[in-house]
Amino acid sequence: MSAPASLSEPVFPSLRINPELVRGILVGFIRNEVRKVGFERVVLGLSGGVDSSLVATLAAEALGADNVLALIMPYKTSDPKSKSDALQVVQQLGIHHLEIDISPQIDAYFARFPDADQKRRGNKMARERMTILYDQSWGWRALVIGTSNKTELLLGYGTIYGDMASAINPVGDLYKTQLWQLADAVGVPTSIVQKAPSADLWAGQSDETELGFQYRMIDQLLYYLVDRRYSVEELKRLGFDEAFIVDIVRRVRDNQYKRRLPVIAKLSSRTIDRDFRYPRDWGH
Amino acid sequence: MSPDGRLAVGLVQMDPALGDRARNLERHRQWVRQAATAGVELLVFPELSLTGYFLKDLVAESAIPFEGAIMNELRGLSDGLDVVLGAVIEEPDHRYFNASLYFSQGELVHVHRKVYLPTYGMFDEHRYFAAGDRFRSFKTGFGRAGMLVCEDIWHLSSAYILSLEGVDMIICPSSSPGRGVTTDERLGTAESYGLVCRTYAQFLTTFFLYCNRVGYEDGANFWGGSMVIGPNGDIIAQQEDAGEALVLAKLDLGEVRRERLANPLLRDERLELTINELRRVWHERTRKPF
Repeated sequence: MSAPASLSEPVFPSLRINPELVRGILVGFIRNEVRKVGFERVVLGLSGGVDSSLVATLAAEALGADNVLALIMPYKTSDPKSKSDALQVVQQLGIHHLEIDISPQIDAYFARFPDADQKRRGNKMARERMTILYDQSWGWRALVIGTSNKTELLLGYGTIYGDMASAINPVGDLYKTQLWQLADAVGVPTSIVQKAPSADLWAGQSDETELGFQYRMIDQLLYYLVDRRYSVEELKRLGFDEAFIVDIVRRVRDNQYKRRLPVIAKLSSRTIDRDFRYPRDWGH
Repeated sequence: MSPDGRLAVGLVQMDPALGDRARNLERHRQWVRQAATAGVELLVFPELSLTGYFLKDLVAESAIPFEGAIMNELRGLSDGLDVVLGAVIEEPDHRYFNASLYFSQGELVHVHRKVYLPTYGMFDEHRYFAAGDRFRSFKTGFGRAGMLVCEDIWHLSSAYILSLEGVDMIICPSSSPGRGVTTDERLGTAESYGLVCRTYAQFLTTFFLYCNRVGYEDGANFWGGSMVIGPNGDIIAQQEDAGEALVLAKLDLGEVRRERLANPLLRDERLELTINELRRVWHERTRKPF
Protein backbone atom coordinates (compact mmCIF):
# COMPACT_ATOMS: atom_id res chain seq x y z
CA MET A 1 0.00 0.00 0.00
CA SER A 2 1.01 3.59 -0.29
CA ALA A 3 0.88 6.47 2.10
CA PRO A 4 2.25 10.01 1.99
CA ALA A 5 5.66 10.66 3.49
CA SER A 6 4.12 12.33 6.54
CA LEU A 7 2.43 9.06 7.41
CA SER A 8 5.46 6.86 7.11
CA GLU A 9 7.48 7.95 10.11
CA PRO A 10 8.52 5.14 12.48
CA VAL A 11 6.04 6.28 15.12
CA PHE A 12 3.13 8.28 13.84
CA PRO A 13 3.21 11.59 15.84
CA SER A 14 -0.41 11.42 17.00
CA LEU A 15 0.22 7.97 18.49
CA ARG A 16 3.22 9.02 20.51
CA ILE A 17 2.55 8.79 24.22
CA ASN A 18 4.05 9.98 27.44
CA PRO A 19 4.88 6.56 28.91
CA GLU A 20 5.15 7.79 32.49
CA LEU A 21 1.66 9.28 32.39
CA VAL A 22 0.17 6.12 30.90
CA ARG A 23 2.09 3.88 33.25
CA GLY A 24 0.72 5.75 36.27
CA ILE A 25 -2.87 5.49 35.02
CA LEU A 26 -2.59 1.78 34.21
CA VAL A 27 -0.82 0.80 37.43
CA GLY A 28 -3.51 2.69 39.34
CA PHE A 29 -6.17 0.98 37.25
CA ILE A 30 -4.90 -2.49 38.10
CA ARG A 31 -4.50 -1.72 41.79
CA ASN A 32 -7.92 -0.11 42.04
CA GLU A 33 -9.99 -2.51 39.95
CA VAL A 34 -8.41 -5.61 41.53
CA ARG A 35 -8.47 -4.53 45.17
CA LYS A 36 -11.85 -2.90 45.34
CA VAL A 37 -13.58 -6.14 44.38
CA GLY A 38 -11.75 -7.94 47.16
CA PHE A 39 -8.74 -9.41 45.38
CA GLU A 40 -5.00 -8.95 45.79
CA ARG A 41 -3.71 -11.16 43.00
CA VAL A 42 -3.86 -11.63 39.25
CA VAL A 43 -3.04 -14.46 36.87
CA LEU A 44 -2.13 -13.99 33.25
CA GLY A 45 -1.05 -16.01 30.28
CA LEU A 46 2.55 -15.07 29.56
CA SER A 47 3.43 -15.90 25.97
CA GLY A 48 6.80 -14.20 25.80
CA GLY A 49 5.34 -11.58 23.50
CA VAL A 50 5.31 -7.85 24.16
CA ASP A 51 1.66 -7.53 25.20
CA SER A 52 1.68 -10.07 28.02
CA SER A 53 5.20 -9.08 29.08
CA LEU A 54 4.02 -5.49 29.48
CA VAL A 55 0.91 -6.50 31.43
CA ALA A 56 3.03 -8.70 33.72
CA THR A 57 5.33 -5.74 34.35
CA LEU A 58 2.48 -3.35 35.13
CA ALA A 59 0.75 -5.94 37.35
CA ALA A 60 3.96 -6.58 39.31
CA GLU A 61 4.37 -2.86 39.89
CA ALA A 62 0.72 -2.43 40.89
CA LEU A 63 0.28 -5.42 43.18
CA GLY A 64 3.79 -6.61 44.00
CA ALA A 65 5.59 -9.44 42.22
CA ASP A 66 4.38 -11.90 44.83
CA ASN A 67 0.78 -11.30 43.75
CA VAL A 68 1.28 -12.10 40.08
CA LEU A 69 1.13 -15.60 38.63
CA ALA A 70 2.27 -16.06 35.03
CA LEU A 71 1.10 -19.15 33.23
CA ILE A 72 3.35 -20.28 30.42
CA MET A 73 1.28 -22.58 28.22
CA PRO A 74 3.15 -23.69 25.13
CA TYR A 75 1.93 -26.15 22.52
CA LYS A 76 4.47 -28.49 20.98
CA THR A 77 4.71 -26.37 17.80
CA SER A 78 5.24 -23.10 19.71
CA ASP A 79 8.57 -21.42 19.11
CA PRO A 80 10.94 -22.47 21.96
CA LYS A 81 12.19 -18.88 21.97
CA SER A 82 8.76 -17.76 23.22
CA LYS A 83 9.14 -19.83 26.37
CA SER A 84 12.66 -18.62 27.04
CA ASP A 85 11.49 -15.01 26.55
CA ALA A 86 8.62 -15.61 28.99
CA LEU A 87 11.00 -17.08 31.54
CA GLN A 88 13.28 -14.08 31.15
CA VAL A 89 10.35 -11.80 32.07
CA VAL A 90 9.43 -14.03 35.02
CA GLN A 91 12.98 -13.88 36.28
CA GLN A 92 13.35 -10.16 35.73
CA LEU A 93 10.14 -9.36 37.61
CA GLY A 94 10.40 -12.08 40.26
CA ILE A 95 6.77 -13.13 39.72
CA HIS A 96 5.37 -16.63 40.23
CA HIS A 97 5.08 -18.88 37.23
CA LEU A 98 3.70 -22.20 36.25
CA GLU A 99 4.38 -24.03 33.03
CA ILE A 100 1.60 -26.13 31.57
CA ASP A 101 2.17 -27.83 28.24
CA ILE A 102 -1.23 -27.88 26.55
CA SER A 103 -0.17 -30.42 23.87
CA PRO A 104 -1.67 -33.53 25.54
CA GLN A 105 -5.14 -32.07 25.97
CA ILE A 106 -5.16 -30.43 22.54
CA ASP A 107 -3.92 -33.58 20.80
CA ALA A 108 -6.37 -35.80 22.70
CA TYR A 109 -9.22 -33.65 21.43
CA PHE A 110 -8.10 -33.33 17.83
CA ALA A 111 -7.35 -37.07 17.61
CA ARG A 112 -11.12 -37.25 17.00
CA PHE A 113 -11.05 -34.42 14.44
CA PRO A 114 -7.85 -34.97 12.51
CA ASP A 115 -8.98 -32.83 9.56
CA ALA A 116 -9.22 -29.67 11.66
CA ASP A 117 -7.43 -26.78 9.99
CA GLN A 118 -4.81 -24.61 11.60
CA LYS A 119 -7.18 -21.76 12.49
CA ARG A 120 -9.58 -24.12 14.26
CA ARG A 121 -6.69 -25.64 16.18
CA GLY A 122 -5.37 -22.22 17.08
CA ASN A 123 -8.74 -21.10 18.43
CA LYS A 124 -9.02 -24.28 20.47
CA MET A 125 -5.58 -23.66 21.94
CA ALA A 126 -6.52 -20.11 22.88
CA ARG A 127 -9.66 -21.38 24.64
CA GLU A 128 -7.76 -24.19 26.31
CA ARG A 129 -5.43 -21.58 27.77
CA MET A 130 -8.43 -19.54 28.86
CA THR A 131 -9.93 -22.46 30.82
CA ILE A 132 -6.59 -23.05 32.51
CA LEU A 133 -6.30 -19.36 33.41
CA TYR A 134 -9.77 -19.28 34.93
CA ASP A 135 -9.16 -22.55 36.76
CA GLN A 136 -5.90 -21.26 38.21
CA SER A 137 -7.54 -17.96 39.10
CA TRP A 138 -10.01 -19.89 41.24
CA GLY A 139 -7.30 -21.95 42.88
CA TRP A 140 -5.08 -18.94 43.54
CA ARG A 141 -7.92 -16.52 44.40
CA ALA A 142 -6.92 -14.15 41.67
CA LEU A 143 -8.44 -12.20 38.80
CA VAL A 144 -7.55 -13.01 35.21
CA ILE A 145 -5.86 -9.99 33.70
CA GLY A 146 -6.16 -9.57 29.94
CA THR A 147 -3.57 -8.62 27.37
CA SER A 148 -5.52 -7.78 24.20
CA ASN A 149 -4.52 -4.41 22.74
CA LYS A 150 -6.74 -1.92 20.93
CA THR A 151 -5.47 -2.84 17.48
CA GLU A 152 -6.30 -6.52 17.79
CA LEU A 153 -9.60 -5.84 19.56
CA LEU A 154 -10.67 -3.55 16.73
CA LEU A 155 -9.51 -5.92 14.01
CA GLY A 156 -10.93 -8.94 15.80
CA TYR A 157 -7.50 -10.52 15.60
CA GLY A 158 -8.09 -12.76 18.59
CA THR A 159 -10.20 -15.67 19.74
CA ILE A 160 -13.53 -14.86 21.35
CA TYR A 161 -13.70 -16.51 24.79
CA GLY A 162 -10.06 -17.39 24.27
CA ASP A 163 -7.28 -14.84 24.54
CA MET A 164 -9.94 -12.09 24.49
CA ALA A 165 -11.39 -13.32 27.80
CA SER A 166 -10.38 -11.62 31.04
CA ALA A 167 -11.74 -9.85 34.12
CA ILE A 168 -9.82 -6.63 33.57
CA ASN A 169 -7.68 -5.41 30.71
CA PRO A 170 -5.17 -2.60 31.24
CA VAL A 171 -3.95 -2.40 27.63
CA GLY A 172 -7.17 -2.59 25.59
CA ASP A 173 -7.11 1.12 24.80
CA LEU A 174 -3.51 1.16 23.56
CA TYR A 175 -2.71 0.63 19.91
CA LYS A 176 0.11 -1.78 19.26
CA THR A 177 2.51 1.00 18.33
CA GLN A 178 1.65 2.81 21.57
CA LEU A 179 2.05 -0.39 23.55
CA TRP A 180 5.55 -0.82 22.14
CA GLN A 181 6.52 2.61 23.46
CA LEU A 182 5.19 1.82 26.92
CA ALA A 183 6.79 -1.64 27.01
CA ASP A 184 10.12 -0.14 26.11
CA ALA A 185 9.81 2.55 28.78
CA VAL A 186 8.88 0.19 31.63
CA GLY A 187 11.78 -2.13 30.95
CA VAL A 188 10.36 -5.03 28.97
CA PRO A 189 13.49 -6.63 27.44
CA THR A 190 14.36 -4.97 24.14
CA SER A 191 14.54 -8.31 22.35
CA ILE A 192 10.88 -8.88 23.24
CA VAL A 193 9.79 -5.37 22.26
CA GLN A 194 11.55 -5.60 18.93
CA LYS A 195 10.66 -9.12 17.84
CA ALA A 196 8.01 -9.61 15.17
CA PRO A 197 4.53 -9.95 16.76
CA SER A 198 3.16 -13.47 16.53
CA ALA A 199 0.21 -15.51 17.79
CA ASP A 200 2.81 -18.30 17.94
CA LEU A 201 0.53 -21.12 16.92
CA TRP A 202 3.54 -22.37 15.00
CA ALA A 203 7.16 -21.23 14.82
CA GLY A 204 7.65 -18.41 12.37
CA GLN A 205 4.01 -17.27 12.33
CA SER A 206 3.70 -13.49 11.96
CA ASP A 207 0.77 -11.18 12.75
CA GLU A 208 1.74 -8.72 10.07
CA THR A 209 2.04 -11.43 7.40
CA GLU A 210 -1.38 -12.79 8.33
CA LEU A 211 -3.02 -9.39 8.51
CA GLY A 212 -1.33 -8.36 5.29
CA PHE A 213 -0.30 -4.97 6.67
CA GLN A 214 2.15 -3.55 9.15
CA TYR A 215 0.87 -2.50 12.59
CA ARG A 216 2.48 0.87 12.02
CA MET A 217 0.19 1.53 9.09
CA ILE A 218 -2.88 -0.14 10.57
CA ASP A 219 -2.62 1.97 13.72
CA GLN A 220 -2.36 5.18 11.75
CA LEU A 221 -5.48 4.29 9.82
CA LEU A 222 -7.37 3.17 12.93
CA TYR A 223 -6.40 6.39 14.68
CA TYR A 224 -8.01 8.47 11.95
CA LEU A 225 -10.94 6.11 11.47
CA VAL A 226 -11.84 5.33 15.09
CA ASP A 227 -10.43 8.12 17.24
CA ARG A 228 -10.85 10.99 14.80
CA ARG A 229 -13.87 9.61 12.91
CA TYR A 230 -12.56 10.41 9.43
CA SER A 231 -14.77 9.26 6.57
CA VAL A 232 -13.46 6.91 3.91
CA GLU A 233 -13.24 9.83 1.48
CA GLU A 234 -11.22 11.84 3.98
CA LEU A 235 -8.93 8.86 4.60
CA LYS A 236 -8.30 8.56 0.88
CA ARG A 237 -7.43 12.24 0.71
CA LEU A 238 -4.87 11.63 3.48
CA GLY A 239 -3.20 9.19 1.12
CA PHE A 240 -4.34 5.81 2.41
CA ASP A 241 -4.84 3.19 -0.26
CA GLU A 242 -8.53 2.47 -0.86
CA ALA A 243 -8.17 -1.31 -0.72
CA PHE A 244 -6.38 -1.00 2.61
CA ILE A 245 -9.13 1.26 4.02
CA VAL A 246 -11.87 -1.07 2.81
CA ASP A 247 -10.15 -4.11 4.31
CA ILE A 248 -9.65 -2.54 7.73
CA VAL A 249 -13.15 -1.03 7.88
CA ARG A 250 -14.60 -4.43 7.05
CA ARG A 251 -12.57 -6.16 9.75
CA VAL A 252 -13.66 -3.64 12.39
CA ARG A 253 -17.31 -4.04 11.39
CA ASP A 254 -17.33 -7.82 10.96
CA ASN A 255 -15.73 -8.42 14.35
CA GLN A 256 -18.01 -6.17 16.37
CA TYR A 257 -19.72 -9.28 17.79
CA LYS A 258 -16.50 -10.32 19.49
CA ARG A 259 -16.51 -7.13 21.50
CA ARG A 260 -20.05 -7.54 22.79
CA LEU A 261 -22.03 -9.80 25.09
CA PRO A 262 -24.08 -12.44 23.24
CA VAL A 263 -27.25 -11.01 21.71
CA ILE A 264 -30.20 -11.57 24.03
CA ALA A 265 -33.68 -11.92 22.57
CA LYS A 266 -35.72 -9.15 24.11
CA LEU A 267 -38.95 -10.09 25.87
CA SER A 268 -39.34 -8.13 29.10
CA SER A 269 -39.21 -4.40 29.77
CA ARG A 270 -35.79 -4.73 31.42
CA THR A 271 -33.37 -6.84 29.48
CA ILE A 272 -29.78 -7.28 30.62
CA ASP A 273 -27.42 -4.70 29.10
CA ARG A 274 -30.19 -3.04 27.07
CA ASP A 275 -32.41 -1.44 29.66
CA PHE A 276 -31.03 -3.12 32.78
CA ARG A 277 -27.90 -1.00 33.00
CA TYR A 278 -25.71 -1.09 36.04
CA PRO A 279 -22.04 -0.25 36.26
CA ARG A 280 -19.63 -3.14 36.46
CA ASP A 281 -18.17 -1.57 39.62
CA TRP A 282 -21.60 -1.58 41.28
CA GLY A 283 -21.14 -1.01 45.02
CA HIS A 284 -17.38 -0.57 44.78
CA MET B 1 -12.66 33.97 58.97
CA SER B 2 -9.14 33.83 60.30
CA PRO B 3 -7.70 36.86 62.12
CA ASP B 4 -5.79 37.90 59.00
CA GLY B 5 -9.08 38.19 57.13
CA ARG B 6 -8.39 35.25 54.88
CA LEU B 7 -10.80 32.42 54.20
CA ALA B 8 -9.51 28.88 54.71
CA VAL B 9 -10.95 26.61 52.02
CA GLY B 10 -10.49 22.89 51.53
CA LEU B 11 -11.14 20.76 48.46
CA VAL B 12 -11.73 17.09 49.14
CA GLN B 13 -10.18 15.22 46.25
CA MET B 14 -11.77 11.90 47.14
CA ASP B 15 -12.63 8.54 45.59
CA PRO B 16 -16.29 7.76 46.34
CA ALA B 17 -17.53 4.16 46.28
CA LEU B 18 -19.93 3.66 43.38
CA GLY B 19 -23.49 3.31 44.60
CA ASP B 20 -22.59 2.89 48.28
CA ARG B 21 -24.13 5.95 49.89
CA ALA B 22 -23.70 4.79 53.49
CA ARG B 23 -19.96 4.23 53.08
CA ASN B 24 -19.56 7.55 51.30
CA LEU B 25 -21.48 9.42 53.99
CA GLU B 26 -19.16 7.97 56.62
CA ARG B 27 -16.18 9.09 54.55
CA HIS B 28 -17.69 12.58 54.32
CA ARG B 29 -17.83 12.67 58.10
CA GLN B 30 -14.15 11.72 58.29
CA TRP B 31 -13.10 14.38 55.78
CA VAL B 32 -15.16 17.01 57.60
CA ARG B 33 -13.44 16.12 60.88
CA GLN B 34 -10.02 16.29 59.22
CA ALA B 35 -10.84 19.62 57.58
CA ALA B 36 -12.20 21.09 60.81
CA THR B 37 -8.98 20.14 62.56
CA ALA B 38 -7.07 21.92 59.81
CA GLY B 39 -9.12 25.07 60.39
CA VAL B 40 -11.08 24.89 57.12
CA GLU B 41 -14.11 27.17 56.95
CA LEU B 42 -15.45 26.16 53.54
CA LEU B 43 -15.10 22.54 52.45
CA VAL B 44 -15.92 21.40 48.91
CA PHE B 45 -16.56 17.80 47.85
CA PRO B 46 -16.65 16.68 44.20
CA GLU B 47 -19.68 16.13 41.99
CA LEU B 48 -21.85 13.22 43.18
CA SER B 49 -19.48 12.74 46.10
CA LEU B 50 -22.17 10.86 48.02
CA THR B 51 -22.78 8.27 45.30
CA GLY B 52 -19.99 8.06 42.72
CA TYR B 53 -20.41 9.12 39.10
CA PHE B 54 -21.22 6.44 36.50
CA LEU B 55 -24.35 5.31 38.32
CA LYS B 56 -26.50 4.36 35.34
CA ASP B 57 -29.62 2.64 36.74
CA LEU B 58 -28.30 3.19 40.27
CA VAL B 59 -29.39 6.83 39.98
CA ALA B 60 -32.88 6.10 41.27
CA GLU B 61 -31.76 3.95 44.18
CA SER B 62 -28.97 6.37 45.16
CA ALA B 63 -31.27 9.38 45.33
CA ILE B 64 -32.28 11.26 48.45
CA PRO B 65 -35.28 13.55 49.01
CA PHE B 66 -34.98 17.05 50.41
CA GLU B 67 -36.69 15.96 53.60
CA GLY B 68 -35.71 13.02 55.75
CA ALA B 69 -33.08 11.38 57.88
CA ILE B 70 -30.28 11.44 55.30
CA MET B 71 -30.74 15.12 54.54
CA ASN B 72 -30.68 15.79 58.28
CA GLU B 73 -27.36 13.96 58.51
CA LEU B 74 -25.98 16.02 55.65
CA ARG B 75 -27.09 19.21 57.34
CA GLY B 76 -25.27 18.08 60.45
CA LEU B 77 -21.99 17.95 58.55
CA SER B 78 -22.01 21.74 58.43
CA ASP B 79 -22.29 22.43 62.13
CA GLY B 80 -18.72 23.71 62.32
CA LEU B 81 -17.88 24.70 58.73
CA ASP B 82 -19.62 25.29 55.42
CA VAL B 83 -19.87 22.19 53.24
CA VAL B 84 -20.55 21.72 49.53
CA LEU B 85 -21.30 18.14 48.47
CA GLY B 86 -22.75 16.29 45.52
CA ALA B 87 -25.81 14.06 45.62
CA VAL B 88 -28.67 12.72 43.54
CA ILE B 89 -31.78 14.61 44.56
CA GLU B 90 -35.22 13.13 44.01
CA GLU B 91 -37.94 15.74 43.75
CA PRO B 92 -41.44 14.95 45.03
CA ASP B 93 -42.49 14.51 41.40
CA HIS B 94 -39.77 11.83 41.03
CA ARG B 95 -37.42 13.71 38.80
CA TYR B 96 -33.79 13.00 39.65
CA PHE B 97 -31.19 15.76 39.60
CA ASN B 98 -27.41 15.73 39.70
CA ALA B 99 -27.12 18.39 42.38
CA SER B 100 -24.58 20.34 44.41
CA LEU B 101 -25.75 21.29 47.87
CA TYR B 102 -24.36 24.11 50.01
CA PHE B 103 -24.80 23.66 53.75
CA SER B 104 -23.96 26.16 56.47
CA GLN B 105 -24.54 26.08 60.23
CA GLY B 106 -26.69 23.00 59.98
CA GLU B 107 -28.91 24.34 57.20
CA LEU B 108 -29.25 23.78 53.48
CA VAL B 109 -28.47 27.20 52.01
CA HIS B 110 -28.52 26.59 48.26
CA VAL B 111 -28.95 23.85 45.67
CA HIS B 112 -27.62 23.93 42.14
CA ARG B 113 -29.12 21.31 39.84
CA LYS B 114 -26.68 20.57 37.03
CA VAL B 115 -27.98 22.27 33.90
CA TYR B 116 -25.75 20.82 31.19
CA LEU B 117 -25.91 17.04 31.34
CA PRO B 118 -23.26 15.56 29.05
CA THR B 119 -24.82 12.90 26.85
CA TYR B 120 -22.24 12.08 24.23
CA GLY B 121 -19.08 10.00 23.95
CA MET B 122 -18.59 8.24 27.27
CA PHE B 123 -21.35 10.22 28.99
CA ASP B 124 -25.01 9.32 29.36
CA GLU B 125 -26.35 11.71 31.99
CA HIS B 126 -29.51 12.81 30.24
CA ARG B 127 -30.67 9.23 30.10
CA TYR B 128 -30.90 9.24 33.89
CA PHE B 129 -31.15 12.83 35.12
CA ALA B 130 -33.46 15.76 34.66
CA ALA B 131 -31.70 19.02 33.80
CA GLY B 132 -31.61 22.06 36.06
CA ASP B 133 -33.10 25.25 34.68
CA ARG B 134 -31.25 28.09 36.34
CA PHE B 135 -27.96 29.62 37.38
CA ARG B 136 -28.35 31.53 40.63
CA SER B 137 -25.84 32.95 43.04
CA PHE B 138 -26.34 33.04 46.78
CA LYS B 139 -25.03 34.77 49.83
CA THR B 140 -22.60 33.02 52.13
CA GLY B 141 -20.72 34.12 55.21
CA PHE B 142 -17.77 34.78 52.89
CA GLY B 143 -19.39 36.81 50.14
CA ARG B 144 -21.52 35.89 47.16
CA ALA B 145 -21.00 32.47 45.61
CA GLY B 146 -22.26 30.49 42.66
CA MET B 147 -22.01 26.79 41.94
CA LEU B 148 -21.52 25.09 38.59
CA VAL B 149 -21.23 21.32 38.24
CA CYS B 150 -18.55 19.97 35.90
CA GLU B 151 -20.02 20.17 32.36
CA ASP B 152 -21.79 23.42 33.28
CA ILE B 153 -18.48 25.26 32.97
CA TRP B 154 -18.10 24.14 29.34
CA HIS B 155 -20.87 26.61 28.54
CA LEU B 156 -19.61 30.18 28.73
CA SER B 157 -23.03 31.54 29.60
CA SER B 158 -23.13 29.70 32.92
CA ALA B 159 -20.17 31.48 34.49
CA TYR B 160 -21.07 34.73 32.70
CA ILE B 161 -24.50 34.80 34.34
CA LEU B 162 -23.04 34.15 37.77
CA SER B 163 -20.46 36.83 37.17
CA LEU B 164 -23.13 39.43 36.41
CA GLU B 165 -24.77 38.52 39.68
CA GLY B 166 -21.58 39.73 41.28
CA VAL B 167 -20.14 36.52 42.67
CA ASP B 168 -16.89 36.58 44.62
CA MET B 169 -16.33 32.92 44.00
CA ILE B 170 -17.46 30.18 41.69
CA ILE B 171 -17.43 26.69 43.16
CA CYS B 172 -17.18 23.87 40.65
CA PRO B 173 -17.52 20.30 41.96
CA SER B 174 -16.54 17.87 39.22
CA SER B 175 -16.22 14.20 38.26
CA SER B 176 -14.08 14.53 35.19
CA PRO B 177 -12.75 11.31 33.68
CA GLY B 178 -9.25 11.60 32.24
CA ARG B 179 -8.61 11.00 28.57
CA GLY B 180 -6.39 12.21 25.79
CA VAL B 181 -2.94 10.65 26.02
CA THR B 182 -0.19 12.35 24.03
CA THR B 183 3.45 13.12 24.71
CA ASP B 184 2.32 15.83 27.17
CA GLU B 185 2.93 15.32 30.85
CA ARG B 186 -0.75 15.76 31.61
CA LEU B 187 -3.94 14.34 30.16
CA GLY B 188 -5.75 16.40 27.56
CA THR B 189 -8.67 16.76 29.96
CA ALA B 190 -6.44 18.19 32.68
CA GLU B 191 -4.99 20.74 30.26
CA SER B 192 -8.44 21.80 29.10
CA TYR B 193 -9.90 22.21 32.58
CA GLY B 194 -6.87 24.15 33.73
CA LEU B 195 -7.33 26.52 30.81
CA VAL B 196 -11.07 26.96 31.38
CA CYS B 197 -10.82 27.51 35.13
CA ARG B 198 -8.03 30.04 34.88
CA THR B 199 -9.76 31.84 32.05
CA TYR B 200 -13.01 32.18 34.00
CA ALA B 201 -11.24 33.38 37.12
CA GLN B 202 -9.30 36.03 35.25
CA PHE B 203 -12.02 37.14 32.81
CA LEU B 204 -14.68 37.30 35.49
CA THR B 205 -12.29 38.51 38.23
CA THR B 206 -13.53 35.96 40.71
CA PHE B 207 -12.12 33.17 42.84
CA PHE B 208 -12.59 29.80 41.21
CA LEU B 209 -12.65 26.60 43.27
CA TYR B 210 -12.41 23.45 41.16
CA CYS B 211 -12.77 20.17 43.04
CA ASN B 212 -12.36 17.03 40.95
CA ARG B 213 -12.56 13.47 42.21
CA VAL B 214 -10.03 10.67 41.82
CA GLY B 215 -10.18 6.88 41.49
CA TYR B 216 -11.55 4.58 38.81
CA GLU B 217 -15.03 3.50 37.77
CA ASP B 218 -15.48 0.76 35.19
CA GLY B 219 -12.00 1.46 33.86
CA ALA B 220 -12.37 5.23 33.59
CA ASN B 221 -9.86 7.20 35.65
CA PHE B 222 -10.61 10.49 37.37
CA TRP B 223 -7.61 12.75 37.22
CA GLY B 224 -8.01 14.94 40.30
CA GLY B 225 -5.98 18.10 39.74
CA SER B 226 -8.23 20.12 42.06
CA MET B 227 -7.31 23.79 42.09
CA VAL B 228 -8.00 27.15 43.64
CA ILE B 229 -7.50 30.16 41.39
CA GLY B 230 -7.45 33.81 42.33
CA PRO B 231 -9.36 36.65 40.61
CA ASN B 232 -6.20 37.59 38.70
CA GLY B 233 -5.90 34.09 37.22
CA ASP B 234 -3.07 32.96 39.49
CA ILE B 235 -3.17 29.43 40.77
CA ILE B 236 -3.27 29.61 44.58
CA ALA B 237 -3.27 25.87 45.18
CA GLN B 238 -3.31 22.84 42.94
CA GLN B 239 -3.10 19.13 43.58
CA GLU B 240 -0.77 17.77 40.94
CA ASP B 241 -1.50 14.08 41.34
CA ALA B 242 -4.58 11.89 41.16
CA GLY B 243 -4.44 10.60 44.73
CA GLU B 244 -6.92 11.30 47.52
CA ALA B 245 -6.07 14.59 49.20
CA LEU B 246 -7.41 17.50 51.15
CA VAL B 247 -6.27 20.54 49.17
CA LEU B 248 -5.95 23.59 51.39
CA ALA B 249 -5.83 27.26 50.42
CA LYS B 250 -6.23 30.64 52.05
CA LEU B 251 -8.25 33.19 50.10
CA ASP B 252 -7.71 36.89 50.64
CA LEU B 253 -11.23 37.96 49.76
CA GLY B 254 -10.11 41.57 49.39
CA GLU B 255 -8.40 40.45 46.18
CA VAL B 256 -11.74 40.58 44.36
CA ARG B 257 -12.19 44.30 45.03
CA ARG B 258 -8.58 45.13 44.24
CA GLU B 259 -8.62 43.09 41.03
CA ARG B 260 -11.85 44.77 39.90
CA LEU B 261 -10.30 48.16 40.54
CA ALA B 262 -7.26 47.27 38.51
CA ASN B 263 -9.26 45.52 35.80
CA PRO B 264 -12.83 46.85 35.85
CA LEU B 265 -14.05 44.26 33.37
CA LEU B 266 -17.25 43.65 35.28
CA ARG B 267 -17.99 47.39 35.54
CA ASP B 268 -17.60 47.78 31.80
CA GLU B 269 -19.63 44.72 30.87
CA ARG B 270 -22.54 45.79 28.61
CA LEU B 271 -25.37 43.66 29.88
CA GLU B 272 -28.08 45.47 27.89
CA LEU B 273 -26.03 45.10 24.70
CA THR B 274 -25.59 41.39 25.37
CA ILE B 275 -29.28 40.88 26.03
CA ASN B 276 -30.29 42.84 22.91
CA GLU B 277 -27.91 40.94 20.70
CA LEU B 278 -28.93 37.58 22.15
CA ARG B 279 -32.57 38.50 21.63
CA ARG B 280 -31.80 39.39 18.01
CA VAL B 281 -30.01 36.06 17.49
CA TRP B 282 -32.90 34.23 19.07
CA HIS B 283 -35.43 36.02 16.85
CA GLU B 284 -33.43 35.31 13.74
CA ARG B 285 -33.20 31.65 14.68
CA THR B 286 -36.89 31.29 15.44
CA ARG B 287 -38.00 33.28 12.40
CA LYS B 288 -36.50 30.80 9.97
CA PRO B 289 -39.24 29.40 7.71
CA PHE B 290 -38.02 25.82 8.16
